[in-house]
Amino acid sequence: MKTIVKYVLLDLFRNRIILVYSLILAVLSISLLGLDNNPTKGLLSLLNVSLLFVPIITILFATIYFFNSVEFTELLLSQPIKRNTVLLSQYIGVAFSLATAFGIGVGLPLLFLVSGTASLVLVITGILLTLVFCSIALLIFVSFKDKTKGIGIAIAAALFFSLLFDGLLLAFIYSFSDYPIDQAVIAILAFNPIDLGRVLMLLQLDTSALMGYSGALFKKFLGSASGSIFSIVCMLFWVFVPLLLSVRTFKKKDL
Amino acid sequence: MISIDTLTKSFGKFTALKNISLQMQAGQAISLLGPNGSGKTTLIKSILGLVIPEKGTITINGHVVKTDWNYRAQIGYMPQIGRYPENMTIEQVIRMIKELRKDVKKYDEELIEGFGLDRIKTKTMRNLSGGTRQKVSACLAFLFSPDIYILDEPTAGLDPVSSELLKDKMLKERSAGKLILITSHVLSDLEGIASHIIYLQDGDLMFYKSVEELQIATGEEKLNKVVAEVIKKTIPQTAVNP
Repeated sequence: MKTIVKYVLLDLFRNRIILVYSLILAVLSISLLGLDNNPTKGLLSLLNVSLLFVPIITILFATIYFFNSVEFTELLLSQPIKRNTVLLSQYIGVAFSLATAFGIGVGLPLLFLVSGTASLVLVITGILLTLVFCSIALLIFVSFKDKTKGIGIAIAAALFFSLLFDGLLLAFIYSFSDYPIDQAVIAILAFNPIDLGRVLMLLQLDTSALMGYSGALFKKFLGSASGSIFSIVCMLFWVFVPLLLSVRTFKKKDL
Repeated sequence: MISIDTLTKSFGKFTALKNISLQMQAGQAISLLGPNGSGKTTLIKSILGLVIPEKGTITINGHVVKTDWNYRAQIGYMPQIGRYPENMTIEQVIRMIKELRKDVKKYDEELIEGFGLDRIKTKTMRNLSGGTRQKVSACLAFLFSPDIYILDEPTAGLDPVSSELLKDKMLKERSAGKLILITSHVLSDLEGIASHIIYLQDGDLMFYKSVEELQIATGEEKLNKVVAEVIKKTIPQTAVNP
């Protein structure tokens, strides 16, 4: 496992897309933080940018990478190595390099410009989102044989979580506004990792006016601390459930 | 060495292999022939455990393929299309495979030197031509001197000199008592190497005979003539493409 991870990383750290991704994040972070003297506003803008870019770039890059390395996977599997080991090593390699790119691109500027708990939480949120969308990409890879179809599904998944889900949630809230649906909304939020990330960050910033309906609900029902724990646990579920499903599907997959 | 018993595999409605039973022994060099889509690659991938059979069992030196993944230590596999992580160098790919196989201490690096890969070992995989990548695949298949070689279109895309070198290597390994399983459409490349021929069509095993047997039956000497003759006789179909 260690050997494969090492060589996958060796390849990915020289990958141009990863380098450019990290660089763009760094430029965005520095410019957004420098725009305003109020660090909270800067962090919020950076949060929105991260919530928009991290999921789609992660899922697309990871899906394409997994599909492109099918032949390499076959070669590794013709060696006496377990299927699980090969699949998980590739996951770790991709997730680690994308998370590192985010950590450097966003984390380093934050460390120098606005160091503090809120900044740390933003970096953790970004890294968790990276892990989540890598897991989903892996699940897409093992579930589909055709690369084009897989990439299509990946784009659809990213758009669903970043745009469509919130729209549906809003429609739900409007149509049932006469009923006590507060807890139901919290439960529904758990099904969208991007919303979980947003809530996790907003609970830290303590800007209830900017938190929106869901953030305020979280604060009201769970309080800052347990709200944060709730969203982190839910996000970890989002990492491990698709990962376990992938491992199970991959055992029976024909390459 | 390899024993296949009533192997069946289908992809959706399409049956790629129908009830195949075969015995392959050490010292044989078996040429796996058949038109495109006849099930050759599926058969190879089933032996490697890359495709999971629906029915039937494959046993390799007493190890059952389905349950025991360690048997793959005895197989050297050269895929039809070799694609490697773009930013790795030749040296890194070879070193990685070596690190994955800590159980082997002695390496057969004859082909690496023969192909001159040691002179371009710092080139990254993305900059290599298809033929050079093919050479890397060949080197990896022969690196650990396994008992069984599975070579999928080994000479396609190689220049004549390298192709000859690879053929010499195959002959050497065959006389050392190894089992070699080759698929190739270029029959003249298998001249003097193949000892047996398996012919698949639409997932059915049409015949599995030794080359001498076929030569006597057809009265031809050259392998491509022999095969063409046998196909004409035994397979009642017009458009067959060996």
